[in-house]
Amino acid sequence: MSQAQALEGQDTLLELENVHMYFGKVAALAGVDLQVRKGEIHSIIGPNGAGKTVMMNCINGLYAPQKGSIRYKGETINPLKPHLRAQLGISRTFQKIELFGGMSVLDNIRLGRHINLKSGIFSGSFYLGKTKREEIAARKFIEEEIIDLLEIESIRDKTVHMLPYGLQKRVELGRALALEPELLLLDEPLAGLNLEEVEDMARFILDINEEERWKVTCILVEHDMGVVMDISSRVFVLNFGNRITDGSPEEVQSNPEVIKAYLGEEDLYATRR
Amino acid sequence: MELFLMTLITGILVGGNYALVALGWVLIYKCSGVLNLAMGELTLIGAYVTLTFYQMGLPFVLAVVGTLLVGIVLGILTERIFLDKLIGEPILAVIMVTVGLSFFFKGLVEFIWSTDTKVFTPPVFSMEPIALGFVKVSPVYLWSFILAIVLLIIFVAFFKYTRWGLSMQATADDETAALSLGVSARFVYAAAWAIAFMSAGVGGALLGNINGVNISVGHLGLLVLPAVVLGGLNSVPGAIVGGIVIGVLQNLSGSYLDQYFPGGVKEIVPFAFMAVFLLFKPYGLWGWERIERV
Repeated sequence: MSQAQALEGQDTLLELENVHMYFGKVAALAGVDLQVRKGEIHSIIGPNGAGKTVMMNCINGLYAPQKGSIRYKGETINPLKPHLRAQLGISRTFQKIELFGGMSVLDNIRLGRHINLKSGIFSGSFYLGKTKREEIAARKFIEEEIIDLLEIESIRDKTVHMLPYGLQKRVELGRALALEPELLLLDEPLAGLNLEEVEDMARFILDINEEERWKVTCILVEHDMGVVMDISSRVFVLNFGNRITDGSPEEVQSNPEVIKAYLGEEDLYATRR
Repeated sequence: MELFLMTLITGILVGGNYALVALGWVLIYKCSGVLNLAMGELTLIGAYVTLTFYQMGLPFVLAVVGTLLVGIVLGILTERIFLDKLIGEPILAVIMVTVGLSFFFKGLVEFIWSTDTKVFTPPVFSMEPIALGFVKVSPVYLWSFILAIVLLIIFVAFFKYTRWGLSMQATADDETAALSLGVSARFVYAAAWAIAFMSAGVGGALLGNINGVNISVGHLGLLVLPAVVLGGLNSVPGAIVGGIVIGVLQNLSGSYLDQYFPGGVKEIVPFAFMAVFLLFKPYGLWGWERIERV
């Protein structure tokens, strides 16, 4: 009931309907429904192997579900390749970091940006007016906004694979932001981070979601229940490819099925808090 | 001493052409992890296409430009017809397809142009040797070296400074990430094949000017393999240095070893060198070292 009320007045940005994804005979997703409203942080939780990353990959286009539809801004995007979905404004980070290891931090972030510049190869080669303006705007955007937001000024020229894990995660977030996405898929952004880094990252996610400049809708796959319950607008619980529930953090926490299937012992909430 | 210098310089000049062909190997390997064993035939096709344009009365430079255009078209067609369906299949399968392509192209060339040796008539470059300091070199070598270097610079600049080139680099580095940033993998593969066709084709045209055009130009394309391996399969500067090193080795062994081992020592030495070199540096000069952290 409360879900339906909350949905009113808000546009649905992304909608999964009856999505099935099989690997051989194993159903990784067995008819999943999900509505993500504009402006929210919608978390997906579930035990290991529940199909969370598979869901992300279906949304982003790396996997093509055998059945069911995925709609973005009301349009069905099932047939679109990942690169076209990226151009529509769906950006993501990866559970296992996928950065361009040999390039600098700045180059990694720039890549996310440059690929989407509009000027052609001809004006590009001669640095004509339009290209120049675009370049300057892009540089300003990257250097002043993204680097500033993520507080990575001091490492901007470092080679990525030399950086500690926590910073690499931050760079990956920066690169995803360079696309100026409307929908950001965050696949375990907090995994492997220390307490301080977790707090920073959670703050960045909130900034990206709430600040007027960004207002990015986020889908968050995460195991850190403390953070998930703190920052999510809604939480979707997945187990063995099926939805257990989808609701506000309070509802989810008090749902007996969730407690049974996933949270198990009560003190799991207490991790880190 | 003079013989040594002359051999050395000729080696460097020929090596420039090898570098151009080597670039084709490297680009395809870098973008898709495929060792393109049809590279020799791409060289061959380029040589014949340039020759045909030249005999139609086009100036040599325009014939080369024409070859570049044909290279783009053939590269994209090859990728679309034969390789597109193999994206995501095991690399070995794709490599075997390139072997098939090499036979197909060779047959096609023999069918269209027959097997006789053809030469560029009238000769593109004068026979009068040019003096470089105190050594004299034939203009064919000098000009093809210059043209090869110019094209190398253009290709490398494309790769380094344009958005398309950047997309190719990104795909080479991490395909999944590149896809999620809006890079189309199909586009990148098509572009890699187009550039490979272009660089190998022009390399073939220049080498054809030196030795005449027949099936053996295709073997020269394969001779470049040691150059590529030497430089490191995925390194563009490595391909250039490797090409020049192989050119020099080939010429030095031709001048100095041929009297002891008459016959094809020139052809064998680069491969022998490659084998020994790889014992010590298995990733080539600048190849990516794959070190797994456990």
